[in-house]
Amino acid sequence: MRLEKRHRQSALALVLAPVGAVAVTMLVSALLVLWAGAPVAQTYALLLQGGFGSVFALSETFTRAIPLMLTGLAATVAFQARLFNIGAEGQLYAGALAAVAVGGLHGGTGFDQIPMPLLFALMMLAAALAGALLLLGPALLKARLGVDEVVTTLLLNFIVLLVVSMMLDGPMKDPTAMGWPQSVALMGELELSKLVPQTRVHTGLLWGLGLAVAVWALMRYTVPGFDIRAVGANVRAAQFAGVPVTRTVVLVAMLSGALAGLAGAIEVAGRTSYVTLDMSPGYGYSGIVIAMLAALHPLGVVLASIFVAGILVGADSMSRAIGVPTYIADVIVAASLLSVLVATLLTQYRVRLR
Amino acid sequence: MPIPPTVTETVLQISGITKRFGTLVANDAISLTLARGEVLALLGENGAGKSTLVSILFGHYVADAGTITAFGNPLPPGDPRAALAAGIGMVHQHFTLADNLTVLDNIMMGSEPLWQAFTRRRQAREKLEAVARQFSLAVDPHARVGSLSVGERQRVEILKALYRGARILILDEPTAVLTPQESEALFAVLARMVAQGLSIIFISHKLAEVLRVSDRIAVLRGGKLVAQADARSTTQGQLAQWMVGHPIDLPQRRPATRVGEAVCVLRDVVSAASRERLAGASLTLRGGEIMAIAGVSGNGQVALAELLCGTRAAAAGSVQFLGRPLPADPALLVAQGVARIPEDRHAVGVVGDLPVWENAVSERLRSPAFSRGFWVRRRAARAHAQRILQAFDVRGAGAAAPARALSGGNMQKLILGRALLHPDSMPDKPVNPRLIVAHQPTWGLDIGAVAYVQEQLIAARDAGAAVLLISDDLDEVLVLGDQVAVIHAGHLEAPRPAADWSREAIGLAMAGAAEPGA
Repeated sequence: MRLEKRHRQSALALVLAPVGAVAVTMLVSALLVLWAGAPVAQTYALLLQGGFGSVFALSETFTRAIPLMLTGLAATVAFQARLFNIGAEGQLYAGALAAVAVGGLHGGTGFDQIPMPLLFALMMLAAALAGALLLLGPALLKARLGVDEVVTTLLLNFIVLLVVSMMLDGPMKDPTAMGWPQSVALMGELELSKLVPQTRVHTGLLWGLGLAVAVWALMRYTVPGFDIRAVGANVRAAQFAGVPVTRTVVLVAMLSGALAGLAGAIEVAGRTSYVTLDMSPGYGYSGIVIAMLAALHPLGVVLASIFVAGILVGADSMSRAIGVPTYIADVIVAASLLSVLVATLLTQYRVRLR
Repeated sequence: MPIPPTVTETVLQISGITKRFGTLVANDAISLTLARGEVLALLGENGAGKSTLVSILFGHYVADAGTITAFGNPLPPGDPRAALAAGIGMVHQHFTLADNLTVLDNIMMGSEPLWQAFTRRRQAREKLEAVARQFSLAVDPHARVGSLSVGERQRVEILKALYRGARILILDEPTAVLTPQESEALFAVLARMVAQGLSIIFISHKLAEVLRVSDRIAVLRGGKLVAQADARSTTQGQLAQWMVGHPIDLPQRRPATRVGEAVCVLRDVVSAASRERLAGASLTLRGGEIMAIAGVSGNGQVALAELLCGTRAAAAGSVQFLGRPLPADPALLVAQGVARIPEDRHAVGVVGDLPVWENAVSERLRSPAFSRGFWVRRRAARAHAQRILQAFDVRGAGAAAPARALSGGNMQKLILGRALLHPDSMPDKPVNPRLIVAHQPTWGLDIGAVAYVQEQLIAARDAGAAVLLISDDLDEVLVLGDQVAVIHAGHLEAPRPAADWSREAIGLAMAGAAEPGA
């Protein structure tokens, strides 16, 4: 069996590919639902209803989608330039920690004397900078010495988590938390307001949407956007055409790290109000999945993050109602990613048996 | 063709070979015969189906239809061992030798049984020496392959095939890597082999050498066998017409008329150590003149081209451009009037995944013509791309399609247009480049595109540009060059007017020999 490049891609195939991918995903997941001994149709219905079927469901889905959107954008920017940033998880925590360092209820830092809008801006800036600087090292190592950034960014995640753990048990520990390892809380005035009363969805959603549009415009309409795409697609040709390659890689690292850092700050300011070691169930890693599902399109990231969040939230409520484990959500997300990748491949190649 | 009756014995019969790759028909019902003691040339452009046909012959591919008979026996498809056993040997364009082993080891490799405790080196050496003597292919069996010249390595490849008992030898573009003298030596070897009853299939796209070495010529075009001719009764023009399908004007020599002042002066340039380097090269490029650099590839051409394209800096020496040091920054270089045509158009010339229009302006994206600060002036960029597509007749994909959709010739026209057509250029007030750096500008193009690219270079020269043409193709060097310099081991021989060079003198200089009588 081998793959053969298609000479032209038919329009029909391009339409059928995502439809086929969804069908395959549903089929694979249905088999597992059957294995768990539950009725397939009802399971899917409950899952959809739990994720998208009510104001409450939608608000939970959007709340979950906010950090995914930002880490998805972080992965998108980096992957467009072939900088494989696997460290969004660490950058998210670094951003969250920086946000609390600037805007936390430490007492005696004098920060509470600064006008709140300014302090809010400083808090966001600190979070963005923390994420950006964390990725700068691996990016420079890659650009200068050719060190594989997959390894360095991945391993940095564990280092960051240990640093966070140290801070939560040390200098930033909340003295009122009865010994739980959690940071001091953010000043109340710095928290993001709710978008819809009585729900958890907050204005971080607007940050996510705004940044998605900004990244899209950057990629499409600007010189650095061209540089990023050119470096990602063919670095030698980019260099020949006069693209400043090292500067572009550094810029991409700063952007990607900043987006992941903001994800952490927005989670703290919008949802948790302090840092804990389990504030992210792997949002940094899920961002990669979302970027791939969105085919590295910044606006696609918005849809992909809402889809993934909806599946995760819906699976929680479906599981409570019918007893299929919530792991089915991971299966659906993973299966959809794989089927989308295969479907994309099949629009470009045909399979020849023999 | 009056073949002498003694050599009409058919050794190879190819009948109705068809091979498809997807919708592409690479070989369309091709039938050919090869007689004993005959040199058959397979002539055709890139993608005509030459390589596919010999790959089927040698068992690398399986044909969809058709049969091959060698020495009267059918050849099982898809089995290189069977092809070897039937007496078919192949010399690939890119040699398949291990550099760290000796000649003898390379030749024995793969021809010894696996379950044999000791290799039979003495017998092998005796057999190798016998074969070498038989065909006058002198080579030291104990020399390490890595220390041999390209011509000698090719000789080892040929010996390897003969050692395995080849009676039919396939040579894939054998002269692409040779100096003219080495090519002559190869042709003499082929003549001796033919005289002893071997048959040869000689693959090439060079018209002159095909006429020179072969008895019979088979022309492939678009997967079809379009013509067969006796080499003695056909002409280059006729062969070219068969190859492309329509009459074609082969480029003619047009000497420079108005040579201007020095535009770019290199003095004792040394480039940083890498795979190949410049070791003290000096050169003066004048406006209105084409300076052609001949040489066997790997002697510093890449370093010279990258230096003048702004992607590599000189470690020592000076490069003056219009009286000032040449900046080592592609964008600045382009802004100052350097037009660049890189050697590898797919890997360096364009970003294949990005649209044609972005590639058309990529070199000048940072200029006010195509960006205002941070923002790309997309409308201006698209308009300029459209202008290039029209002025340089780029076909096959629109401005919005990814650049990789273009064929090689059209891609080269896009690169040419990007380099030569200045955005401020008006028909009544053209803005011409001052220096053109063209590295292998016609490599791998079909004849029509070759003629087009060469005409554009000549036109740019006549408009006053200094042109540096670096080419492995000696014919191109001699047709286009007003001055010719030879590069060898990072040194440039002092350039002389093209008329003062003979092919032999260039060949000797390419091989690094001191020129006779100088």
